[in-house]
Amino acid sequence: MNNNGGSMASNNETLFRVEHLHVSVENTEILKGVDLVVNRGEVHALMGPNGSGKSTLANSIMGHPRYKVTQGKVLFNGNDVLPLTPDKRAQLGLFLAFQYPVGIPGVVMGNFMRAALKARRGEDVPVREFRKLLDETLDLLKMDPSFVRRYVNEGFSGGEKKRAEVLQMAMLKPEMAVLDETDSGLDIDALKIVAEGINALRGPDLGVLVITHYQRILDYITPDKVHVLFDGRIVKSGGPELVHELEERGYDWITNPEASGAGPEAVAAGKENA
Amino acid sequence: MGTKIEDVTKDSGYKFGWNDPDFKAVNEPVKGLSKDVVLGISELKDEPAWMRDFRLKAYNHWLERPMPTGFWGGNIQNYDLDFDDIYYYVKPVAEQGKTWDDVPAEIKRTFDKLGIPEAERKFLSGVEAQYDSEVVYHNIREDLKKQGVIFMDTDSALREHPDLFREYFGTIIPPNDNKFASLNSAVWSGGSFIYVPKGVKVEMPLQAYFRINTENMGQFERTLIIADEGSDIHYVEGCTAPTYSSDSLHSAVVEIIVKKGAHVRYTTIQNWSDNVFNLVTKRMAVYGEAVGEWVDGNLGSKLTMKYPSTYLLEPGAHGEILSLAMAGPGQHQDAGGKCIHAAPYTTSVINSKSVSKGSGRTSYRGQLKVYPGAKGVKATVRCDALLLDEESRSDTYPLMDIDEQHVTIGHEASVSKLGEDQLFYLMSRGMDEAEAAKMIVNGFVEPIVKELPMEYAVELNRLIELQMEGSVG
Repeated sequence: MNNNGGSMASNNETLFRVEHLHVSVENTEILKGVDLVVNRGEVHALMGPNGSGKSTLANSIMGHPRYKVTQGKVLFNGNDVLPLTPDKRAQLGLFLAFQYPVGIPGVVMGNFMRAALKARRGEDVPVREFRKLLDETLDLLKMDPSFVRRYVNEGFSGGEKKRAEVLQMAMLKPEMAVLDETDSGLDIDALKIVAEGINALRGPDLGVLVITHYQRILDYITPDKVHVLFDGRIVKSGGPELVHELEERGYDWITNPEASGAGPEAVAAGKENA
Repeated sequence: MGTKIEDVTKDSGYKFGWNDPDFKAVNEPVKGLSKDVVLGISELKDEPAWMRDFRLKAYNHWLERPMPTGFWGGNIQNYDLDFDDIYYYVKPVAEQGKTWDDVPAEIKRTFDKLGIPEAERKFLSGVEAQYDSEVVYHNIREDLKKQGVIFMDTDSALREHPDLFREYFGTIIPPNDNKFASLNSAVWSGGSFIYVPKGVKVEMPLQAYFRINTENMGQFERTLIIADEGSDIHYVEGCTAPTYSSDSLHSAVVEIIVKKGAHVRYTTIQNWSDNVFNLVTKRMAVYGEAVGEWVDGNLGSKLTMKYPSTYLLEPGAHGEILSLAMAGPGQHQDAGGKCIHAAPYTTSVINSKSVSKGSGRTSYRGQLKVYPGAKGVKATVRCDALLLDEESRSDTYPLMDIDEQHVTIGHEASVSKLGEDQLFYLMSRGMDEAEAAKMIVNGFVEPIVKELPMEYAVELNRLIELQMEGSVG
């Protein structure tokens, strides 16, 4: 284990860059200028209280039609992906692990995975190779093989849903993965399994953005950088030590500096770092 | 990949729309319906007097009855179907083929294209192929014949098994049952006759294929299935037609008797071209401890009005109706089913799934009836509709007529739109919008499709995908 240490793989090559992103949902602006850079090989954590815009950022990166980008860019390997439909983004190697994966009745996991892998690779995957990859990944995530015969996310427990998301990530081998509250709704055992799965995928080529409300998952996945999102902006960025600071002091010292006694300089400094 | 946009726009998604230009009928078909036409059919078939009289009586019912405008119907009166512009009898061959080699080349080519001889070799107990008004080929496996199973076209059965035929013919659906049953009874031709003796279980399906070739054709096959006590049979019918700019008519009558302890499953994969009016009456009488099942897949036609019915007549009888309808632009699938509980401790399940796209419309029209005294009845009705876009439409008309207190009845209905979140989820995994929509639709209908033998399930999924072509984006 202990494959969770930070910075082991960063090579300072910019993989993913969000530039001054403004996003509205039903004419209400949720993101008000988000800037974020993830280098190849790095794991970033994005934290923030409820309603700060975390899931909006995740959905906008993947291109959900309900989230309207009004300004800004999302650059992936130097190219703006905002004009692309979600499928094209996925084919390029972007991945979103959903906070609430939607059920698709009647569609069997195995068939769905095979179609997804075909789309990602741009060619059919031989059955034997697919089976092997699937079995190995199921094993990694300690999932029962019968899982592949179930309908996509239908009747899954919270933990099963999250594991299924990580399973897809492991099989599709994205270059940049956004994990939207993959830790929420998991008991401690399931959390460990999911975290181990993600750690096993860490490497010099993968960028990861772990979005979370709690620091819990970050006990198992040590991020290279940590950002705090509040009211549609990143208000503070720092190293892994920021996680513990948040753990001790809560969000208030960043989001409401007057009340918690921290000076406004801290907020400004955070902005600059971002 | 591989598919060019021209292919999709050129092709409406219907791939059975060709016709055989070389085909010449052996009779001289005339358009329109009259007493002479009815008598002509009977004479040409050299029928006994009772059948001629049966036809004439039915023809009078046809004349007397108004077009259905009430509850049972998909507003046929709103269409300009011209019954005088229809051929009521087109005889394709002088004599039925005993082997496929006996079938005229251009007709055989059609069935080859439809994959019938191949399916017969691979997984069927027997096959019948009807082309316009007559069955041009039928065959049943030798071992089944030896066990006493009868499978032949209905005209031949009238000649070869007159007593058995007369005992049951027209007893489940009388000629004055409804306007289109009257029409069929007057001009019927072809269809399947099946008798399965006591205790005989036919393991692989018997299949009939109904092909219309002639423009303005009216096809009126008549099917009668008798499953004797403890027997088991699965009958599958498929149907297609060429695409013409003018209307064709298909109006069948299917009567089924499921005796004590027997099991009959009747599977339909209807895929008429979208110029065909499909107005069919299907009914099953199910006796003690017997099981009668309809698996009814409706993909094509301009207007379908079809509500397969199950009459549960003795204790322990069980009926099941699985109905699947897909309506594309300009199509109306008015389908559903009826379960009539006329005895205590009978059970039934109706499960309907429909998909509409473009200006397509699906209606679920169903009836659940429990007679007084039929205590201990258990019945559930579930109908789900999926709309693929803003223009498509779906309605549900469930009729419940429960005259007994000690019963358990369940009813659920849902209408959903192709979900933005489901599409986004699949697209976020790399599938384009059309593929994602297909996957969702195939998943939606899966509970019905999985009831089909594998070969038909594959075919049905393929047909659904063809219908879905170009429907999104």
